[in-house]
Amino acid sequence: MKIKDLSLAGLKESLSSGEMKSTELTRFYLDCIGERETDVNAFLHIDEKYALAKANSANCPNSPLCGIPIAIKDVLMVDGMPATAGSKILEGYMPPFTATAVKKLEDAGMVIVGKTNTDEFAMGSSTENSAYGVTHNPWNLDRVPGGSSGGSAAAVAAGMVPVALGSDTGGSVRQPASYCGISGIKPTYGRISRYGLSAYGSSLDSIGVLARSVADIIPVFKTMVGKDPLDATSVESPTTPRRLPDAESLKGTRIGVPKEYFVEGTQVEVAGAVREAIQEFKKMGAEIIPISLPHTEYAIPAYYILASAEASANLARFDGIRYTQREGADTLAEVYNQTRGKLFGEEVKRRIMLGTYALSAGYYDAFYGQAQKVRTLIRRDFEDAFTKVDAIATPVAPTTAFKIGAHGDDPLSMYLEDIFTLPANLAGVPGLALPVGFDDANMPIGMQLMGTRFSEELLFDIGKIYQRETSWHEMKPKMAR
Amino acid sequence: MKYEPVIGLEVHVELATESKIFCGCPVVDSVEAEPNIAVCPVCSAMPGTLPVVNERAVEYAMRVGMALGCKIEPVSIFARKNYFYPDLPKGYQISQFEEPLATNGEMLIETEDGEKVIRVLRAHLEEDAGKLTHVEGASLVDLNRAGVPLLEIVSQPDMHSAAEARAYAENLREILRYLGVNSGDMEKGVIRFEANTSVRPVGTEKLGIRTEVKNLNSFRSMEDAINCEIARQSKVLDEGGEVDQVTMGWDEEKGQTYVMRGKEDAHDYRYFPEPDLPPLKVDDAWRKRVRADLPELPRAKFERFLADFKLSEYDAKVLVSDRAIAEYFEETVNNGAKPKAVANWMTGELFALMNQTEVSIDEIKVTPKALAELISLVSEGKINKNTAKEVLGEIFKSGKNPQAIVEKKGLAQVSDTALISGFVSSVINAHPDEVTSYRSGKTGVANWLFGQVMREARGRANPQILREELMKQLDG
Repeated sequence: MKIKDLSLAGLKESLSSGEMKSTELTRFYLDCIGERETDVNAFLHIDEKYALAKANSANCPNSPLCGIPIAIKDVLMVDGMPATAGSKILEGYMPPFTATAVKKLEDAGMVIVGKTNTDEFAMGSSTENSAYGVTHNPWNLDRVPGGSSGGSAAAVAAGMVPVALGSDTGGSVRQPASYCGISGIKPTYGRISRYGLSAYGSSLDSIGVLARSVADIIPVFKTMVGKDPLDATSVESPTTPRRLPDAESLKGTRIGVPKEYFVEGTQVEVAGAVREAIQEFKKMGAEIIPISLPHTEYAIPAYYILASAEASANLARFDGIRYTQREGADTLAEVYNQTRGKLFGEEVKRRIMLGTYALSAGYYDAFYGQAQKVRTLIRRDFEDAFTKVDAIATPVAPTTAFKIGAHGDDPLSMYLEDIFTLPANLAGVPGLALPVGFDDANMPIGMQLMGTRFSEELLFDIGKIYQRETSWHEMKPKMAR
Repeated sequence: MKYEPVIGLEVHVELATESKIFCGCPVVDSVEAEPNIAVCPVCSAMPGTLPVVNERAVEYAMRVGMALGCKIEPVSIFARKNYFYPDLPKGYQISQFEEPLATNGEMLIETEDGEKVIRVLRAHLEEDAGKLTHVEGASLVDLNRAGVPLLEIVSQPDMHSAAEARAYAENLREILRYLGVNSGDMEKGVIRFEANTSVRPVGTEKLGIRTEVKNLNSFRSMEDAINCEIARQSKVLDEGGEVDQVTMGWDEEKGQTYVMRGKEDAHDYRYFPEPDLPPLKVDDAWRKRVRADLPELPRAKFERFLADFKLSEYDAKVLVSDRAIAEYFEETVNNGAKPKAVANWMTGELFALMNQTEVSIDEIKVTPKALAELISLVSEGKINKNTAKEVLGEIFKSGKNPQAIVEKKGLAQVSDTALISGFVSSVINAHPDEVTSYRSGKTGVANWLFGQVMREARGRANPQILREELMKQLDG
């Protein structure tokens, strides 16, 4: 089998058996990057020297990840690599520390090849908001890869790396995974430390993994979980995670199908492919149960208020005093206005304004306060649902990857792309994206499986069985074949 | 018209923890330390960093809350207070807003009209900002202080004069020092005040419009600023005007308050719960542990000193004003000296020596044991009081044992009747006129003769025996 077709376990075996050296493996992927990057623009920073040196020194026979290359979304800090978060305001910034999650992967011997493109500060659903150019979908270069972890998703789909890290505040791992035909996990809130993740919506942010298959996600995910003394919101994983009762089938597994996620406005092929996948589950022994998550329609306004409110504070540190080039002006207020006005992109400014407004005296209760109440109701929707079912199956997004520029002047229509992914962030529950088919334009379609808190292992079990029986995840865009 | 001032104080207290409130950086001396020496990615707000609460800071805050009789809330919430300033690296300050750690306490103060209770509304934890220094053409940012734990203690508007506010503040400082949570070094800015002042016609209930004077760093400036505001506001009202609700600063040189910003420019801090920190939970076990470690507070100690040691109120007050002094006093008593004598020696000679040399009780070479010994040498008649003063001075310098000094220098009191009798005889023989004058009825001369004999004995004669011998020879 060729490198490009090997799973992480397969790669590990080739490395362990001595069939291949880690430097060769890294060289292979660096060559793939060299060949395809001009078309895809997945990376903001590629560090061949660093990667090859790491590969050369990787000595960790007991780690399943030893010597395996990975790409890191540019909102995560890696000591020695610039971190821009897709923004001009952080251009040239070198963090002096490494994010806890990334550190754990490095300790396990993973080889970081570079940093991937993202919507500025992870705000967006297409990578079109990156200050460093849009990333192109490897399946069709005229289309977006999704976002905000579009660089990571495109890099994996294009075969430039076997696995990549992303972050997911409202769907930013799952939606690009879906648009690029790969698998992606957004974990339970707090299960992976956020220390070293540039904050967008702190109460919603999760670090996630993107890979071609669920099997490839698992070892990376497992390495990163756990309580971190540097993140007060991180939590210890349960000692005995929930698993499928039967590892070979879905017998005894109850899968819920919420009616609010199958509504008009969703692309017909998307709904069709997801329904087919649900039929597959049934064939594998699952019990399919219609359910309701009644407050779904309020997720978009609640999310955009809460995430923007938190972002308006999180991004206040970029004031021109410590980072980047400061704009000269006569007064302090003008230094702030001009530096931030010039160096933040439009979408970031829009959300800062939105969030500032939502927290302002006289508006707080009507916006922020109300949104928190909605969040509680959405969380309860899920709690109720998970008394009846083990997992919930939905589309990841209403459409497949759209054309670059399609939502150009209409941010609201772009926000609607997030409708099926936001609720999991608001409720803090995990969501797994799996490829389940293609539309008429040959763009990948993704399904989302959501579970109760700390049920990632159960979702992985379901995903693995599905991927054992189907081959959607093995499909590759032409450039990666 | 006569006006009654109504005053509330906000006191910002630096908690003397070893490390900052949300990161592991050490807390360094804000005056002495090199700028930006105690700074890390967290307190300089590098992207991706997160706060973690220093439990010691919470415990210090709990101590203060308990000492003020506050309720320690089982759950309190950190919030973000948003504003831009170059000394605030995150662009927001983590503070507690709607749900503070400690609520509803009180403090007893002494006023001209007797004791009075000042209610404490709340005490909440927050982080300090950095420091800006303005130089020619630039402003320099020092983040050493950014993230140092602060406790903001907010009183109710229960004070009615600057003197009352000062009494409250001084009392609070004493308590903080007792609790070991603050050095009380005002000149280092470890305690800062904000005074809210309004006035209303005497006899009326409705509160006047208040002003807030910020950044008051000493008792003196706080008192002056309040008096200035009382006078200014009274004048405005007398002239038929209205007081503006403004935030003010204090110009130390001019001795005047000045307007920093008006109501219309008031900041909208857009507080919201800090998503990076879960609610702060204090369970019963933690509360009990902190309470068990609370020291005896000045007020309780004062009352115990009165009751147990029969001290005068004045002595008791002086001795409890500082925890180290009170502890020194008790240790000296425990070494066998009489409380009243210890109080006299400490408030008299010992404090005088400390003042002259500007050393504190923690630094002096006189141990409580040595002081107790010295006092018993006097009470046993081995040395007299004047000699004892000399010996104390010697111990203060050298730290030597009092007995050893007395022996080495031959300062022991002479109680040999024959010897003293000899001194008396020689003085009487040398001053026949004074003796005649005494015997003719001018008995006061005896005291002068007493002094002469003592001089002859180089001050070491037992005064009682001396007096007996003198009278015997004069009257005999």
